[in-house]
Amino acid sequence: MNRSLLEGDPHAVLEGMLIAAYAIGATAGYVYVRAEYPLAVLRLKHAIAQMREYGFLGMNIFGSGFNFDITVKEGAGAFVCGEETALIASLEGERGMPRPRPPYPAEVGLHGRPTIINNTETFGTLPNILRNGGKWYSQFGKPGNTGTKTFSLVGKTRYTGLIEVPLGMTLRQIVFEIGGGTKKPFKAVQTGGPLGGCLSSALLDTPVDYESMSASGSIMGSGGLIVMDESTCLVDLARYFQTFSRNESCGKCTACRTGTRILVDTLDKIVRGEGEANDIGILYTVADTMQKTAMCGAGQTAPNPVLSTIRYFISEYHAHIIDKYCPSAVCTELFDYTIDPDKCPGCGRCIKVCASLAISGEKNKPHTLDISKCIKCKNCVNVCKFDAIIGIPRSSTIKNQSSSEIIL
Amino acid sequence: MIHNEELLSFTGYSRDTGDLIPLLQKCQKQFGYISEASVRQIAEYLNISENHIYGVASFYSQFRFKKPGRNTVRVCIGTACHVQGGKQLSDELKSTLGIQPGETTPDNRFDFEEVACLGCCAQASVIEINGKIFGKMTTDKLVKTLQDYE
Ligand SMILES: Cc1cc2nc3c(=O)[nH]c(=O)nc-3n(C[C@H](O)[C@H](O)[C@H](O)COP(=O)(O)O)c2cc1C
Ligand code: SF4
Ligand code: FES
Repeated sequence: MNRSLLEGDPHAVLEGMLIAAYAIGATAGYVYVRAEYPLAVLRLKHAIAQMREYGFLGMNIFGSGFNFDITVKEGAGAFVCGEETALIASLEGERGMPRPRPPYPAEVGLHGRPTIINNTETFGTLPNILRNGGKWYSQFGKPGNTGTKTFSLVGKTRYTGLIEVPLGMTLRQIVFEIGGGTKKPFKAVQTGGPLGGCLSSALLDTPVDYESMSASGSIMGSGGLIVMDESTCLVDLARYFQTFSRNESCGKCTACRTGTRILVDTLDKIVRGEGEANDIGILYTVADTMQKTAMCGAGQTAPNPVLSTIRYFISEYHAHIIDKYCPSAVCTELFDYTIDPDKCPGCGRCIKVCASLAISGEKNKPHTLDISKCIKCKNCVNVCKFDAIIGIPRSSTIKNQSSSEIIL
Repeated sequence: MIHNEELLSFTGYSRDTGDLIPLLQKCQKQFGYISEASVRQIAEYLNISENHIYGVASFYSQFRFKKPGRNTVRVCIGTACHVQGGKQLSDELKSTLGIQPGETTPDNRFDFEEVACLGCCAQASVIEINGKIFGKMTTDKLVKTLQDYE
């Protein structure tokens, strides 16, 4: 959503920066934006040029004696550069690795000078608050968490897109009233980006505010809200996020560098069907060490996806580890496909897309799927309009072809 | 020896190391990758060692050190795309093109990489070919779309 703010109304963000700079007496400002958002970069540069032209930026702005200019810096693809001190290192032309705080950037920041770092949305809101007053702003939200927040609502809801809601709205309202609910039964909502947590349906009445989110083991973070239904395997999802964190760890401290690695390796093992009873204990211990000893926010919050899925979806872990079964039919080693004869009207679509020739049957009669030929490419699942192709526990007698998933 | 066609232009860039990353980005825009010849020129311009430059450049996933193909395919493996099957698209590319992310096909027609979130999650799954975004991608559509690129 930060991207659409920069693309849709770059002036709001730049005006907010100008106000903040005047407040603290800064002379130079930087917008650090991902290079993957070329349109945002273009529009920012255009808006800055306009502001210079009108005299809003530059030397002695409107005779006030106040000097300020803004430069756009494109990121180069490192997630950890969102962390304050890493961001500063990156702006200085170094590897984007965090350093311990204190000293905080507000004292020792860019080139050793005091620096404040804020999110685009924060700056974008500033002009409106100044113009309309604090009373106006605090009519939205609830005491302690006033104002609004934009979210990127994506995943399996009927409607996806950017939403702006008052703080304190419940997850249920967001998922079901705004998002229109899910087609298949709702399973979980993941908030806050790769470092956030997964919350179950029991937590749908949690209000979306900073304290409630962190009490439930997640964060507001990036403002991402990903809704998942029965077809998402949460052990696999935890592995996905952990792999991201492992790849993005800057490698400076041991807890994060090795911790993310152990978490991924353990989850890989579980997903492959080689999980052992004490693996959950290993995940816990490592996650705990990371939370307590990693240096920056990335390493401290990286275990959130693992801890929250263990906390709210322990039965899925048990299914993978003890029953060697993936109930969501995602982890290819842990289920077989079959066709539910009650749901299959025999339309023939799946027969056409199966490259392994595993499906056969006559028109208008339920089809059958030969497990020994199936490579679980999911082509049939994607074209079936009747959800007739379902996962079942693996048969111990029929030998399967090698799975389509290569796990390194 | 640096050939004419490898010359990097430095107009608009200061000799401050703060301009190192912008210079690397400009270099990648001009040539598609960071060559040894470019690193040598940047080192001289900023008066820092080549090692220092490789140290910084290798930290950031944006920079590539191998020449790209005629067409660049980028698959989003961000979260929203993952939930909608982005990994299947990546697997499909691996088998259709016969290369791994970060590699270039032997005929130089395609190179492909996996990237985190292309910023259009509501369109998931998303791929990008030569800067153009294709939303709601499926493996079927992907194979057809690739045929449009020579
Ligand atoms: C690993 C990591 C990545 C981050 N990425 C971003 C980011 O992409 N954008 C952002 O605005 N803040 C990001 N942050 C948070 C910033 O460091 C900073 O706390 C925030 O921008 C403060 O702004 P606010 O107080 O206005 O919210 C990240 C933090 C961490 C630890
Ligand atoms: S916690 Fe991770 S990302 Fe942060 S400084 Fe340590 S190694 Fe780097
Ligand atoms: S996750 Fe693919 S575009 Fe955001």
